[in-house]
Amino acid sequence: MRLFRFKGGAHPDEHKVTTELPISRMPMPARLYLPLQQHIGAPAVPVVKVGERVLKGQLLAKASGPVSAPVHASTSGVVTAIDEFTAPHPSGLPVRSIVLEADGKEEWGDNIVPIDPFKLSPEEIAKRVGEAGIVGMGGAAFPAAVKLNLGSRQRIHTLIINGGECEPYLTCDDRLMQERPGPIIDGVLLMLKALNCERAFIAVENNKPAAQSALREACAAYPGIEVVGVPTRYPMGSEKQMIQTLTGLEVPAGGLGADIGVIVHNVATAYAVQEALRHGRPLISRIVTVSGGAIRTPANLEVPLGTLAEELVKFCGGLSETPQRQLLGGPMMGTSLPHLEVPIVKGSNGVLALSAAEMRLQPAPQPCIRCGRCVQACPVGLLPLEMAARARNGKVEEALDYGLMDCIACGTCSYVCPASIPLTQYFNFAKGELARKRSEAQKADRTRELARARQARLEREAEEKREAAARRKAEREAKKRAEQAAAEQEAAS
Amino acid sequence: MKQYIPTPSPHTHGSLSVARIMLTVWLALLPASLYAIYLFGWPVLNLLLLTAATALLAEAATLWLAGKDIRRGIGDGSGLLTAWLLAMTLPPWAPWWIAVVGALFAVVVGKQVFGGIGQNLFNPAMLGRVALLIAFPLEMTTWVSPQPLFSAAAPGFLDSLTITFIGVPNIDALSGATVLGQMKTDLGRGVPLEAILPGMFTLQQGAVGEMRGSLGETSALLILGGGLFLLLRRLITWHIPVAMLGSVALLSTLMHLIDPARYADAPLHLLSGGLMLGAFFIATDPVGSPSSPRGQLLFGAACGALIYIIRTWAGFPEGVAFAVLLMNAATPLIDHYLRPRIYGRDREGKPLDYSRGAFARRLERYQGRRP
Repeated sequence: MRLFRFKGGAHPDEHKVTTELPISRMPMPARLYLPLQQHIGAPAVPVVKVGERVLKGQLLAKASGPVSAPVHASTSGVVTAIDEFTAPHPSGLPVRSIVLEADGKEEWGDNIVPIDPFKLSPEEIAKRVGEAGIVGMGGAAFPAAVKLNLGSRQRIHTLIINGGECEPYLTCDDRLMQERPGPIIDGVLLMLKALNCERAFIAVENNKPAAQSALREACAAYPGIEVVGVPTRYPMGSEKQMIQTLTGLEVPAGGLGADIGVIVHNVATAYAVQEALRHGRPLISRIVTVSGGAIRTPANLEVPLGTLAEELVKFCGGLSETPQRQLLGGPMMGTSLPHLEVPIVKGSNGVLALSAAEMRLQPAPQPCIRCGRCVQACPVGLLPLEMAARARNGKVEEALDYGLMDCIACGTCSYVCPASIPLTQYFNFAKGELARKRSEAQKADRTRELARARQARLEREAEEKREAAARRKAEREAKKRAEQAAAEQEAAS
Repeated sequence: MKQYIPTPSPHTHGSLSVARIMLTVWLALLPASLYAIYLFGWPVLNLLLLTAATALLAEAATLWLAGKDIRRGIGDGSGLLTAWLLAMTLPPWAPWWIAVVGALFAVVVGKQVFGGIGQNLFNPAMLGRVALLIAFPLEMTTWVSPQPLFSAAAPGFLDSLTITFIGVPNIDALSGATVLGQMKTDLGRGVPLEAILPGMFTLQQGAVGEMRGSLGETSALLILGGGLFLLLRRLITWHIPVAMLGSVALLSTLMHLIDPARYADAPLHLLSGGLMLGAFFIATDPVGSPSSPRGQLLFGAACGALIYIIRTWAGFPEGVAFAVLLMNAATPLIDHYLRPRIYGRDREGKPLDYSRGAFARRLERYQGRRP
């Protein structure tokens, strides 16, 4: 199959030391913390009360609005609190979560499993995927059902299953592909049905030959599915770059893959779809890679959602040294955490504890020497050095003119910069600044509108008063005239 | 509780640093520098060291004046590299004050006055060279003939100190013109090329470098080797050198075909003067060159064209420094107009439209493809 090349990119050290380690099951912790917002979109709304006993897989919070996802119980137990707890977010700020005390019985609720999910209509498949709380599991956590529904609106000619896993250290998708290729293919077939699409490519970077051959074997009977080896180059796993690599087409700026008939889903999402439709299991666990130089025994773990990252590290033998940085996700795009007392959520693919040496921590940023390595590395074709210079001076509008909103925040420019300038951070700042300015402008517009309306109302009222006064005056005068006339008439008669 | 400062991604970094870039470029220059020391003797070493030491001191002094971190400012090695490049463009037996004045001008006026590393509009080494050339044309065009180390005519170490610090009374007897210089003078007097070149220039001489010229002008092969090393280490891209050498080759071939008696052919142009040094080490200086590949191609081609025009029709026999400085000035303009195409957008910056024209056909073609 002919592949196309995306611009730029980099080859960060892979550190995929866990690629040969089979997935092991993380024991059920005593307490689970399930944030109501583990996805892009509106937070879920709790449907259980504190003190209520729930069964494994039971709905705890329902989706609210078209872009949202429900939350289910990862095990049977009692809801002990619905309150604010630290979010898996760099700010370490709290987010509303359901706290579930596990009873250790692992008692499943009723789950309705269709005899043959392939007999379901595309809409019904998408609906069940939505009800199972499935979101994009590559990290973005966009509700999967929304993307599966696009098939009814647009013609989708290609489904791409993203097994790129281009982030260093992470091997959760790799292991899933190696160990459970059959269920993944089953999930892909269901997704194809939902999308009314006939062709699927499973793209796997060439540094994962075992995963490639396992999937090839599993999909041999299905001519519509092809496993494609793609070059190992960061950010291959980025949706836009993957579409370009496989099809040579580019997602139009501001648009979606569906605009050109392509939908991308992660391999773990395909697996979750199969779990939901074949076995009636909602998304209540996921595979997480625990790795990094400061982890004693790195591993791939199947983890109940809501387990604290701290417990994963403990299960892996704890820390062998004080880590320089603790991350949720990969080192290129993951978020650094203030501490590990944050829960694993649907989009968490890795817990990393990195030592200073492997991070190659740089001294403070140096002046830009305009070497243009960021330009060569940018997979989008931007001029990061120019954008950063403007963002740094607060000229966000100018940065916008250089394509700020086209930046996918992959971090490749920061990675290659010899002056170790935190370019990506400048862009994040500028994007935030821009959003703030826009909302302020909107607010100002709204205020102006209100003020104008008030002015108009006051004028109208004054006008009305004037008119009323005039009317009264006229009436008075008419009355007076009438009285006068009557008096005159009286006098005359 | 300790204040937690969130750190942005990425949480890892490539192994390249500014200091390492400078060191690698210096290493790439080393073979040609050693050859120059061999070819013209110890005075060359004096020049290299003097320029470097002056640059270092001047940089430290200006950083101190500006209240900046001296160790960091010097530690990146950019000042030393500038000095080394400047020295490579000096005549081998130039007096000490040429090295000192040039280095001072390059580092202080060319670099620190603009705000230090990365802020200079012009290539500091070339600025230093042009300042010297205009102020001291005689010293800057006195080309001593090769006197290889350990040969009978070679000056000893003590002699070399005399040469650099006191001067040689009979230097005219030991020196002559460079090929380009000779061509400029003789062609002006109407002498045809076939009468000038014999005894003056052979391809082998040009390649190996056994001829008169600046330190970095003689051995085209060693400079080329250093340039290829930089390409291999991905410190420079091919765009500027290829465009620059290509445009000189193209123009000289064309003119040579028109009148072989007046216009030298491409090999002579490529192997003589500072072209190789300019193409791989000077024009590729990132600070003053465009950042997009298309911009770099234009920059390189324009540099090459300017060099050929200056060599052939202008008053100076060689024009690398002038050409690079002129194009340095054009770089902001090039960078403004020649930006790379952004993913999902056309060259004008509008989102790609797959419903019409060539893009629609491409999408259709793709949809028809079977796995």
